[in-house]
Amino acid sequence: MSQALTISNLRVTLGGNEILTGIDATIAEGEFIGIFGPNGAGKTTLVRAILGNLRPTTGSISIFGEPPAQAARRIGYMPQGNSGLELTALSARAMVEAVCRGEKWGIPWTTPNDRREVERVLQLAGAATYADRPYSVLSGGERQRVMLAQALLGRPRLLVLDEPLASLDPKNQSLLIECIAEIKRQTRATVLFVAHDMNPLLHVMDRVLYMAGGGAVLGPLDEVVNSESLTQLYRFPIEVVRAGPRVFVVATEGNVTESECAHHDHD
Amino acid sequence: MIDSLVNYLGYEFVRNALLAGTLSAILGAIVGYFVVVRNVGFAAHALSHIGFAGAAAAALLGLSPLHGMLIFTLAAALFMGVAGDLLHRRDMAIGMVLSFSLGLGTLFLSFYRQSFAGQARSILFGSIFGVSSGEVEEIALLSALSLALLAFFSRRLLFASIQPRLAEAKGLSLTTLSAAFMMVLAVSVTLASQIVGILLVFTLVIAPAGIALRLCRSVWAGIVTAVALGVLVVWIGILLDCLTDCPATFWITAIFFLLYLAVEGFCRLTSR
Repeated sequence: MSQALTISNLRVTLGGNEILTGIDATIAEGEFIGIFGPNGAGKTTLVRAILGNLRPTTGSISIFGEPPAQAARRIGYMPQGNSGLELTALSARAMVEAVCRGEKWGIPWTTPNDRREVERVLQLAGAATYADRPYSVLSGGERQRVMLAQALLGRPRLLVLDEPLASLDPKNQSLLIECIAEIKRQTRATVLFVAHDMNPLLHVMDRVLYMAGGGAVLGPLDEVVNSESLTQLYRFPIEVVRAGPRVFVVATEGNVTESECAHHDHD
Repeated sequence: MIDSLVNYLGYEFVRNALLAGTLSAILGAIVGYFVVVRNVGFAAHALSHIGFAGAAAAALLGLSPLHGMLIFTLAAALFMGVAGDLLHRRDMAIGMVLSFSLGLGTLFLSFYRQSFAGQARSILFGSIFGVSSGEVEEIALLSALSLALLAFFSRRLLFASIQPRLAEAKGLSLTTLSAAFMMVLAVSVTLASQIVGILLVFTLVIAPAGIALRLCRSVWAGIVTAVALGVLVVWIGILLDCLTDCPATFWITAIFFLLYLAVEGFCRLTSR
């Protein structure tokens, strides 16, 4: 199996602070990687570096053998948060059309080919049924599907999804995860899925990239998310508690490290 | 009434007003569409006030206010575009620049000995019937240039406006796009202020696009509706000015306000 993403000794310093302190990771084509870690662990910085929007201080990133800037067309990216298009009637379909070959020059004319491509990604993301309704009236879960459709344009080989579960209720989280897992099966794309809570993803991901304090460990769930490995990564006593199929990461000395206190059952 | 309208169309200054108004309305509606999608309405408003200082300075130096405004707004637009989102979406920074520009304009006008009030009035509230044939040509040229430039990068601009993070990931420079758009906006604002005046630029650059975006689900339907609304209302405003004692600027703003109320009411009732 060939490599989708190779990160070697990646260091990023921003405004004098070392955000990433030497990350190594090799991810094979077709893998589903969950990226976790507390706030401030450098998840967003890592994503920006992979997208080529942030120059590493040292180290390198290679995506299908190319540096990030050249690999941009192979990457589908779903950013965090929402478009601020409240109070407009612009339809979800129009918002996907606007992104379709949006990096070209000229006027934003939608060709029949573009139209077919937009319909394809809307179907794939499960957003086709409400694509003609205004984006502003869609629910949080529906909006995420539209953003997912935007990310799927141009048949990307690597999908980078930055906290797609944020602000979704457990049911919609589960539906979105199933949808993404199905897309991965169909397109055989590599998926990097950034999330706060790993529990909803346990059954779909192949390996875990756990980040803390600027460092990261990559490996199978059991090897990465255990008390010993995370204590080493955090340089602080960490305990991993298993409750049935679920996993909780807590600081031994009282405080919960992740916002697992805001944890929700997922059914 | 029809007779007197036809009679008015015989006057060159009425025809010039209609031509200049049409051109500014078209440009304003198209540029305004992107202003609303990008949510930079306040920056557009501020640009026109920066133009006030430029127009006043030009009047003082005996230059055409149009040129003075263009120089000031283009410089400010370039600066705002390059300074990026940090600056032009910050209400405080924009407000400060806006009020300082008005202050500067007031200073220039106070040095202007002859007919201070008349000059200020036409800059602030527009002098639609004062547009000469030469100015119409200039407005046509500037509109064509701005639209050509906008057409060149509008696909990228729309992408970057709707999903900026994704556009950045695809290798687009948000700063360059923002700066280029602000320059087009500067020209559009300057031309619109020739018709409705600096204080009321909002009405030509934002109102048609804002109303169209509230109604239309596709981008092209929105742009076409905005242009149609802009041109129609400007024509009605100018013709009503000819027939009544009320100025065109009043009619244009009043019609847009009523349209806005109607559309807003319609959208609330149908819960959109």
